[in-house]
Amino acid sequence: MTGTAELWIVIMALGIGSFGLRFAFLGLVGDRDLPEWLLRHLRYTAVAILPALVAPLALWPAATNGEPDPTRLTAAVATFAVGYLTKNVFLAMGIGASVLIGLSALL
Amino acid sequence: MAGDSVMSSYWRGVRAGVPFLFVVGPFGLLFGVLGTEAGLAIHETLAFSVVVIAGAAQFTALQLLTENAPTLVVIASALAVNMRMAMYSASITPHLGKLPLWKRGIVAYFLVDQTYAASLLEYEERPKQSLQHKFAFFLGVMTPICPPWYVVTLLGAWLGTSIPPSLGLDFALPIAFLAMIGPLLRTPAHRIAALVSVILALGFAWVPYNLGLLIAGLGGMIAGAQAELRLGSTP
Repeated sequence: MTGTAELWIVIMALGIGSFGLRFAFLGLVGDRDLPEWLLRHLRYTAVAILPALVAPLALWPAATNGEPDPTRLTAAVATFAVGYLTKNVFLAMGIGASVLIGLSALL
Repeated sequence: MAGDSVMSSYWRGVRAGVPFLFVVGPFGLLFGVLGTEAGLAIHETLAFSVVVIAGAAQFTALQLLTENAPTLVVIASALAVNMRMAMYSASITPHLGKLPLWKRGIVAYFLVDQTYAASLLEYEERPKQSLQHKFAFFLGVMTPICPPWYVVTLLGAWLGTSIPPSLGLDFALPIAFLAMIGPLLRTPAHRIAALVSVILALGFAWVPYNLGLLIAGLGGMIAGAQAELRLGSTP
């Protein structure tokens, strides 16, 4: 591990930088109206970022060193399918977790 | 009546946030354990979680610190991982941008993957709420996510290596997010945006510093906006 001073520089810089990224639009744009073309893109932020965040984790889990894992993949598909079909987030999480735990115990 | 329903918005937020305890718990515990393993003092590991409050970026920084990477590389890489927060900030501004500056500061500090996803889902499902209700909901979601993040980090740092790595805990995060994606896919444009982003995320997974995520995110947003224009589907 490197020196303590460097560690604190990293912690403070990341704290300020992360807050800056989160505050960027909320703080600077605030109550000014955003142009329609930008709003149209922002409506799709969640459905663009969240699947992009999850897809590589589901297909190439770090826990199996990036090898596709039938247990995790089945749990991922089941979770998404239940969420999509029922629109019930908690039910989807519950079934996904059950499939993951159940298959881990069986295989 | 109005006061009542602001509180009920808060509690609805708490209920929406509680399942994320199963994500934050193992994730924060793991960060604490790895921090101790990497030779950080308990208060240093805790400071990471309080000051930075971003799991993926913290793991990235810790990993690079243990590899003795140059300070600037550590900072730049972890911030690149966090670049999506700027998109969250932009996306939530139409809903919370009219709050006073200090409240926007609070939202910004607590704007993490889980609080963003749960709040945006709520705002999309109930678009007619007042600003106070939306803010109360956000604080409600944050309550079972952010303070527990500090606590489990502390616990992990304290317990250190006495916790065995347990199978499947790594997958709590993907499960939680996958469950939220389905209900968000309300229109053909939303489904197209998600499909394009998945294809791009897998195709650009090789790009360093997690920048493939940003490529996929931007591509998905453009695809969604274009689909909305062409299909004429109003959200």
